[in-house]
Amino acid sequence: MMNYFPDEVIEHIFDYVASHRDRNVLSLVCKSWYRIERWTRQRVFIGNCYSITPERLIRRFPGLKSLTLKGKPHFADFSLVPYDWGGFVYPWIEALAKSRVGLEELRLKRMVVSDESLELLSRSFTHFKSLVLVSCEGFTTDGLAAIAANCRFLRELDLQENEVEDHKGQWLSCFPDSCTSLVSLNFACLKGEVSLGALERLVARSPNLKSLKLNRSVPLDALQRIMMRAPQLADLGIGSFDHDPESEAYIKLKNTILKCRSLTSLSGFLEVPPHCSLAAIYPICPNLTSLNLSYAAGIQGSELIKLVRHCVKLQRLWIMDCIGDEGLGVVAMTCKYLQELRVFPSAPYGNPAAVTEKGLVAISMGCPKLHSLLYFCHQMTNAALITVAKNCPNFIRFRLCILDALKPDADTMQPLDEGFGAIVQSCRQLRRLSLSGRLTDQVFLYIGMYAEQLEMLSIAFAGESDKGMLYVLNGCKKLRKLEIRDCPFGNMALLTDVGKYETMRSLWMSSCEVTVGACKSLAKKMPMLNVEIFNENEQEDCSLEDGQRVEKMYLYRTLAGKRKDAPEYVWTL
Amino acid sequence: MSPPLLVTEDDGQGNASIVATASSQSLDSVSPNEARLKEHNYLGLSDCSSVDSSTVPSLSNEKKNLNLKATELRLGLPGSQSPERDPDLFSLRSTKLDEKPLFPLLPTKDGICSLSQKTVVSGSKRGFADTMDPEFPGNAGINIMLSPKPSGAQLTTVKEIPSKVLQERPSAANGTGHNHTGASISGSAAPASKAQVVGWPPIRSFRKNSLATTSKNNDEVDGKPGPAALFVKVSMDGAPYLRKVDLRNYTTYQELSSSLEKMFSCFTLGQCGSHAASGREMLSESKLKDLLHGSEYVLTYEDKDGDWMLVGDVPWDMFIDTCKRLKIVKGSDAIGLAPRAVEKSKSRS
Repeated sequence: MMNYFPDEVIEHIFDYVASHRDRNVLSLVCKSWYRIERWTRQRVFIGNCYSITPERLIRRFPGLKSLTLKGKPHFADFSLVPYDWGGFVYPWIEALAKSRVGLEELRLKRMVVSDESLELLSRSFTHFKSLVLVSCEGFTTDGLAAIAANCRFLRELDLQENEVEDHKGQWLSCFPDSCTSLVSLNFACLKGEVSLGALERLVARSPNLKSLKLNRSVPLDALQRIMMRAPQLADLGIGSFDHDPESEAYIKLKNTILKCRSLTSLSGFLEVPPHCSLAAIYPICPNLTSLNLSYAAGIQGSELIKLVRHCVKLQRLWIMDCIGDEGLGVVAMTCKYLQELRVFPSAPYGNPAAVTEKGLVAISMGCPKLHSLLYFCHQMTNAALITVAKNCPNFIRFRLCILDALKPDADTMQPLDEGFGAIVQSCRQLRRLSLSGRLTDQVFLYIGMYAEQLEMLSIAFAGESDKGMLYVLNGCKKLRKLEIRDCPFGNMALLTDVGKYETMRSLWMSSCEVTVGACKSLAKKMPMLNVEIFNENEQEDCSLEDGQRVEKMYLYRTLAGKRKDAPEYVWTL
Repeated sequence: MSPPLLVTEDDGQGNASIVATASSQSLDSVSPNEARLKEHNYLGLSDCSSVDSSTVPSLSNEKKNLNLKATELRLGLPGSQSPERDPDLFSLRSTKLDEKPLFPLLPTKDGICSLSQKTVVSGSKRGFADTMDPEFPGNAGINIMLSPKPSGAQLTTVKEIPSKVLQERPSAANGTGHNHTGASISGSAAPASKAQVVGWPPIRSFRKNSLATTSKNNDEVDGKPGPAALFVKVSMDGAPYLRKVDLRNYTTYQELSSSLEKMFSCFTLGQCGSHAASGREMLSESKLKDLLHGSEYVLTYEDKDGDWMLVGDVPWDMFIDTCKRLKIVKGSDAIGLAPRAVEKSKSRS
């Protein structure tokens, strides 16, 4: 029937299909659908920037408006990927500019972004609207100045957790007076000062501003003035909350906060006074659906607890472990709509009186809608995990980090296999899982058996033999990303099912038992994979012997072949 | 008759006096909260009210045994904390390990001391142990050689990693190629120091660096490295001995006065001894409550210049900065101070 529809009609139908996966499926139906789909595709997501060349992407999707790119492997977040490994965005921007693609949105994660890239970006796309950089590095405030100055219709500049060098220029002052289109501005990760006057004027002339996240250099009095000018704000990141409780500025702020009825999301508190009281924000807490205090290192647990009691509508909570098990009990009682919880450690090995399995159990009992969890604790038990699994069968993301990496069940001293096994058995929609604690091969047997929807698995200091890894590779049909560190998995596990890796985005193995020879063999069998090993030894002339153990290996499927920008220590086999 | 106040340092500015434990005698009259908080302050930590450690009750017993150790001016080596340990006692116990006190007692402005303080497992205020201050190359000296704790097959891979152990570096810009890994990850019950492994716990470098910065900033803002305790002597007319309070435990005059009320109530109620002997009038409880509000007793302090001032005139933060010692004087003795000031202190409640 569809054959008789003119293309325009099919295009119109495809307009309603937004998700990348659905679109990908559409394009496989038949040639004409492939053709129509590629001409109408506006948003593209590339999970690994080395899986395809920019030119090839542009050839297929000339109508591209929004591009999302991810660069370095996830373990780069934890300093496991050496400096200058790769992930440069410049070639992409260059290619897009050359092809006159009408780029409007660029979202990058874990990529190296230079000032030149930002300048080129700012000058090449007249309708550029949105720049989102997450965990990127390589640029300075000069690059931001270029974006501010040249992107006339900029709506969104969202900088999340980037390492940005501050050049003490006045990048914020570079937004021209004619720029009135800002909807979202987040510069919380910047370390340097911004011109407060320029900031206030910018806010004043941005009537559509809905999201504003300040950095720690913005003092309280400026915050108050800004909030006065932007009562329509829905999402606010407070920079500095440092104040004298009896100062006029603070009293003014308290009154201003009362007027901000549209605020539903709050974050920041990057600087707080000692013994900080959060009473000033109690009035808006009942409206909050999202609260991120994971960078508010100065706030005491007791204060957090008092605050949370007011947050009845909370759906997302990012908080530090000083809230304690007791505090999580309060969260469980108060936040009945909680969907996502992240509890971060406030000290490298945790505060011993911080959160344990008890807090997690309390949450599971009180928050049935919970589907995403990131939990740093210093102990866990199988019994607790089994209870959590029973109470919360809806987990999509379950990431548990026991700070002592090899710690068994705190009560029984058994491995935590049964606990995690219960999680995967109960949570049938589980897509992402991170394990920790003492674990044998058994947990991987469970994962292979039950985790049918699992797409991403992170393993550290776990397992006993190759069998563990094989259970996972054989069982998890939807696995896309597997990252393993410090596990006794070796060549047998790596080589048993090499075809599997073409169905996945990537595999990372570090400090495991695989050898150079096995990696070479894998690379030979699978030309569609790039198998990279990192040789970080100082020796210049080391040739890799087959029997040598590989310290770090990263392999990924690609249509682009061996990449040309790899540094010297990366050997693509 | 003075109880063994284990004060090891008390310079004129009321700077970081390091009191290892509350004196056993004063334990009775001091609220448990304060006793606990004093423990923390030895380490120069902010009062971690969240650390409602269930081990606190046991402290009273152990305190007596550890009194001697407690007075030793030691700071735990970075990373020498075991999470299972009570954070208060741990630094004391750590003296049992082979350590030398590497750092001067009173933290100075240089990198080392704020460093060592920061590495202590702490309550909410502390960010990550910025144990390797990048500007301070001398820190190499604080590396600990740790003996790997054998714990089964998992650690076989670890053997091949070079055995030099460095504290976790906050990596600037995502991994600067420093791939020093810990010699081991100790088992859960290890009393020995924990090796720190690259990339563990899995927290984004940006987050780690950011929290380390926050700690540093807070330290600098205070003007002292870390929110160190601010103990000042408190004397009261007719009391047989003095007390000490940590001004950092309070944020308002009201808090201070309530605390002092509680602290000195024992001298005015039920302790007939010296009072009766000296013929002084015994304060009833209600009269006692007028300590700062009314005429019977007035709270004064000696400032940096050596003058005795009425408490309550200046903003709290300024008061903390200048107060060297406190004195509770009888109203009649305080006549020399402006009567209006007495009214002011009344209205402070």
